[in-house]
This record gives sequence, C-alpha cells and structure tokens, in this order.
Amino acid sequence: MARITAGVGCSHVPAIGVAMDLGKTDEPYWAPCFAGFEKSREWIKEARPDVIVLVYNDHCTVFDASFIPTFALGCAAEFAPADEGWGPRPVPVVRNHQVMASHIAQSLILDEFDITIMNEMEVDHGLTVPLSLMFGNLGVDDEWPCLVIPLCVNVVQYPAPTGNRCYNLGKAVRRAVESFDEDLDVVIFGTGGMSHQLQYKRAGLINAEWDIQFMDRLTSDPVGLSQTPHVEYLREAGSEGVELVMWHIMRGALDDEVEEVHRHYHVPASNTAVGHIILANRRDLGASR
Amino acid sequence: MALKKDYEDIPGTLVFDADRGREGYHLNQFCISLRLQRNRDAFNADEGAYLDRYPMTAEQRKAVVDRDWNRLLELGGNIYYTSKLGANDGITFQQLAGLMTGMGNEAYRKMMVDGGRSPEGNRYQHEWDEKGEN
Repeated sequence: MARITAGVGCSHVPAIGVAMDLGKTDEPYWAPCFAGFEKSREWIKEARPDVIVLVYNDHCTVFDASFIPTFALGCAAEFAPADEGWGPRPVPVVRNHQVMASHIAQSLILDEFDITIMNEMEVDHGLTVPLSLMFGNLGVDDEWPCLVIPLCVNVVQYPAPTGNRCYNLGKAVRRAVESFDEDLDVVIFGTGGMSHQLQYKRAGLINAEWDIQFMDRLTSDPVGLSQTPHVEYLREAGSEGVELVMWHIMRGALDDEVEEVHRHYHVPASNTAVGHIILANRRDLGASR
Repeated sequence: MALKKDYEDIPGTLVFDADRGREGYHLNQFCISLRLQRNRDAFNADEGAYLDRYPMTAEQRKAVVDRDWNRLLELGGNIYYTSKLGANDGITFQQLAGLMTGMGNEAYRKMMVDGGRSPEGNRYQHEWDEKGEN
C-alpha cells in the first residue's frame, strides 16, 4: 500500500527560480531566503519519498483563458519546464508515476472530485520552484530524485475553490494514495503564498502576522483554518495570497495529528512573503525514531 | 439574485472574477501569446499587425500600445497575463509593481526590503478615501 507520510508547504515565487538559475543565492538579498531551506534539503534526503504529489497553480502559462479547470491532474509520462516569457527554466524534465496518477484520477472522480485529466502538459515555476528549493540546483541533464504527480488548482480567476473543498480534496487524495497497491512513500506539497499582491495600486502588501497565524493553525486548528473565507485572504493577505487555499489540500491529506518538523518565513522575495513548513504525521515520526 | 461581491471594497485591488475574465478575454489571450518566442518576434516586428489578430476593444488596444499597466487591469486584464507583455519589454514583476503603484522601482523595492506594504490602513476603501488616496 502507498501512504502519505508528510506534507510540505512552500511558496513558489518565480524570482526564487531566477535567483537559483543565475547563481545569485549567496547575494545578501537572497541568502536569508535560501538559508531556511538547508534543513529542508537534509530532511527530504532522509525522508526519501518515492513520489511527490505537488499541488500548485499554473500562472497563465499552460492554461490560457480559453479553459480554466478548477482542479487538473497531470497524467502524462513527463512534464517539460515551460517558457513563461523569458525562456524555460534550465531544470530537469519532471517525470510522473503515470500508473499511480491514472489511479488517483479514477479514484478522485469516483470520490466525487471531478478533476480534469491532463495527458499533455508543460509546467511553470509554480511546480519547478518548490522542487528546486527542496532539492537544490539541478540542471537539464540531471534527474529530480523522485517522481512527481502534479495537481493544478485554479487560483487565478476568482473564485478559487474554497478552503473547505481543498481540505476535503486532500482527504480524497489520501484515500486514492492508500488504495494504490504499490508500496510507496508519498509526500504531498501545497505551494503558493504567502501574503502577496502583485497587481494594481495596493501591490506589495505583506501581512506577516496573518501569515504566522496561518502556519500556526495548520497544526493547531486545520479544520477551522480551512473555513477561512476568500475575502479574508484577499483583504489580509493580498489578492494573490488566495493561493494559500492550496496548502489546505496538503493539510487535508495528512493525519489529524501532525508534528511541525520545520518552519521558515522570510520577507521579501521580490513582491512576496516566503513561507515554508514541513509537517509529519505523528505515527510516522514514531516509526522512524 | 446577483452574487454578492464582498471583495469590492478592498482599496487599490481589482479582483479578477468571472466578469473581468469575460471583459478581458481577448486582451488576455493576446498577452499570453507573447510567452512564445515566435510570437514575441512577430509582435515586436509589427505591433499593429499583430494586435489586429485579437478582437479587443479600442480602449484595450490603446492601453497595450501605451503600456498603461493599471488601465490594462481596469479593462479586464489580469496581472499574470499582462506580465507576459511586461516580460516581452524586459520588465519584471517587481518593476511592474513599481509602475502600477506609482512609486517607482527604487522606492517600491525599498518598501519590500523593509517588510512590504502594511495592511494597516490598507484594508478598506474608506481608509484610502480618508487619506485622499484613490
């Protein structure tokens, strides 16, 4: 049986990818941002997941305005980094566990989550930046250390799916993973956020106090947190802060009781507050001790 | 009954909802086309001819030609789309923010390094009205 052992919350700021690709990570502006991921890279080497279910959003790269699926699951054999207007990122092609992905697709739909199935798809910084943060610099000729199943969520055109819906989708993803026969360790990533507003006259909004309570409540009050109304994200965490609904999918896929393994928070990366958290199921922590 | 838009009183913010998505469709489709090099080449060779391919409104077209970044959003553009036009022009997200806020690049960058724009006084339109901002 496959099982989800841990969850990772992680911002996916495009400028982080650019900083890594151009070798700027030691510059004073960037060093504090990347320092918080050193422990994470050690942790994921230890955890050695076979598969990552990576929840992210496409930023009008692959999904243009002609079709806007609320939830879409990557079922292709592989996913190439996309050209987002300044050339594709020089990182490895992302490889899928295609059999598991199609199993999850079938399971989710029978579980009443009517996801869109993507049999061809490129991936943008929303997916590749979290991988780079967790695995470090890898070039086009390298391989990511594990397989990745992309789960895309529309957070660009309002409304994004509700936090409640996302939390429950996480539970359905867990049921799908646990009904897959192969013996695999799966880590789920919820990406995006934290507070940021990229657009119009209020651009630059950062709300550290709100972001910290969000990270606190992932452990202490995840169900209550998942009930946060959209207008609160928009007002308190900025128009693009609503990306944080994707963290509820990650949280919903974990046990009710989790332990916070690591946390990092840094302002700014370009326009954005960088948030990062690692949560492990308590019983898995016990097993590894 | 109309859906209640409880997000319309956030100052300096245009929530890209279904109505804006409808109004901005052709504008946004134009913008996203620029993520591919061959389209950037065609656009940069002859902006007018390239824009003729997209049935956007005269106002939207003018905002594109003028690179009027806020106007593009007011006319249904979304930042993830308009940023493709920015990228074509060599303008980053942060430089776009400097333009949209009217702060300029240096002042905006400094605000972010200093912790960003505080939510205090920036949550409700009436707070901006009282300060004389719009």
